[in-house]
Amino acid sequence: MQILGLYNYWIFIVLMMCGFYVVISRGNLVKKLVGLNIFQTSVFILYISMGKIAGGTAPILTGMATIYSNPVPHVLILTAIVVGIATTALGLALVVRIHEAYGTIEEDEIHAQSEDEAL
Amino acid sequence: MTEHLPVLQVVVPLIAAPLCALLRPGRAVWLLAMVTCALCLLIAALLLDRVLAQGVISYAMGGWPAPWGIEYRVDAANAYMLLIVAAIGAVVMAFARTVVEQRIRLPASKQPWFYATYLLCLTGLLGMIVTGDAFNVFVFLEISSLSSYVLISIGRDRRALTAAYQYLIMGTIGATFILIGIGFLYVMTGTLNMADLAARLPAVADTRTVRAAFAFLTIGISLKLALFPLHLWLPNAYAYAPSAVTAFLAATATKVAIYVLLRFFFTIFGAQFSFGTMRLDAILLPLALAGIFSASVVAIFQTNVKRMLAYSSVAQIGYMILGISLVSVTGLTAAISHLFNHALMKGTLFMALGCVSFRIGAVSLDRMAGVGRIMPWTMGAFVIGGLSLIGVPMTAGFVSKWYLILGALERGWWPVALLVLFTSLLAVVYIWRVVETAYFQPAPEGRATTGEAPLALLVPTWTLALANLYFGLDTSLNAGVARRAAEALLGVGP
Repeated sequence: MQILGLYNYWIFIVLMMCGFYVVISRGNLVKKLVGLNIFQTSVFILYISMGKIAGGTAPILTGMATIYSNPVPHVLILTAIVVGIATTALGLALVVRIHEAYGTIEEDEIHAQSEDEAL
Repeated sequence: MTEHLPVLQVVVPLIAAPLCALLRPGRAVWLLAMVTCALCLLIAALLLDRVLAQGVISYAMGGWPAPWGIEYRVDAANAYMLLIVAAIGAVVMAFARTVVEQRIRLPASKQPWFYATYLLCLTGLLGMIVTGDAFNVFVFLEISSLSSYVLISIGRDRRALTAAYQYLIMGTIGATFILIGIGFLYVMTGTLNMADLAARLPAVADTRTVRAAFAFLTIGISLKLALFPLHLWLPNAYAYAPSAVTAFLAATATKVAIYVLLRFFFTIFGAQFSFGTMRLDAILLPLALAGIFSASVVAIFQTNVKRMLAYSSVAQIGYMILGISLVSVTGLTAAISHLFNHALMKGTLFMALGCVSFRIGAVSLDRMAGVGRIMPWTMGAFVIGGLSLIGVPMTAGFVSKWYLILGALERGWWPVALLVLFTSLLAVVYIWRVVETAYFQPAPEGRATTGEAPLALLVPTWTLALANLYFGLDTSLNAGVARRAAEALLGVGP
């Protein structure tokens, strides 16, 4: 039961591994960025899960509720989401420039061209 | 005013960066960036002075007291690091103007953005050092990383783009690992303040979550500091970035990552947990030795001198990690002092190479033949930097090697001490290859015979070159303060 009860953490682990695997295994630069995005998003889920308490509400003192969720991880992850957007935007911008310079976004083809240059 | 110094250290370059982006290209934008860097250096010097006189400075961001608000906490180790980064930032900024105006493939209208990005990178690096909040470290890490990807990508060679992309992928994985590690620590302790974390962690240290946090942080930070074998992003990034950027990043970025490593493992987890329970030294020591040895050997076979020095940087990072893995005051002193000395020597070497590429447009060995005769001052600075890199007495590099060997002998690890000496000989080999080519080989046919580099490039280069000599003789800063920082980190001594 405990394993099922922690399902959001299982999602975190599965997403993280999927994303990480895509980054490592794909040769297409855009696909790598997609993988990186999934990898980062999994961490967002980790942070959001840990701040949430079942039945808890937003931490506003109304006198009605007694259980509050911790808002700090949610705020932290807002920052991390912004960082993730910046990283993706910059990564895609680099891919555009790489495409202009090499005419391809496949890692092995770029590598082959760079090898020729070195010779 | 002076009580706000810790926050000004970060806020000044952070505000100057968008201002730079708003200015029109020309002298004014450089002047603004230069004044900002000089101010940062002044603030860092004042902070170090105050810390040495009065002890730890704690600054509550926005007036929120420590465990709840973000605390900026400056002790001997931070203040020393701030000084290194701010000093290199200022010297390289003085160097950057000529390079940016004439050598970077960047349209004139975009030049202000270079200065803005440079200042953002400086902000991130200074922020990582000055902050006393674990999550804040991540935020500043990403500020400095994102701006350094941009700085690398504007290199003239198109391979700079792929190098920047590769660094972006590796750097983001590293930063995300750090984020996961910090998250696990927060789950267990409910705090992000470093001092508070250090106080609360021992109670929960023997849990799988804390051990996992430790593992994630180790890998994440090791990626950022380019510990062998996680260094693969570094050689290309340094080789194809513009020379001013290489000089700046090589002298600061990996050093700050090493500082973060020290902060997490010594201050937050504590030496007892990191090295007693988790036996981190057993992992760091072989990796450091393998890194020193293999990177030095690879450096010997490089034909691009910038790439050669990049591999040498991987080896030098190995020396610092070796010092850390000795887990003694002497070993840590060696590591911390090498942070400073390596910034000086690599700054000098990369700026001298910047002068060479400014004049002859390339830094490959065959193109550099005979360059010592037409550019005596530039190559003079290169030789001083090279001697310091090898660790010849009377140069800064000797100081840290000396402590490193002392530290190894203290532990009774004489094979390690011998390996340090042997790898210094490998450094002699690769530095000698450049010196021999530059001084004793005839200039290749068809290379334009241009003269010495302009004064605007030589003055910053020689400033750092002379600093190499000065700090080889007067070791009160790079060994004296380093020792105090080491004692503070290990929690012994005053």
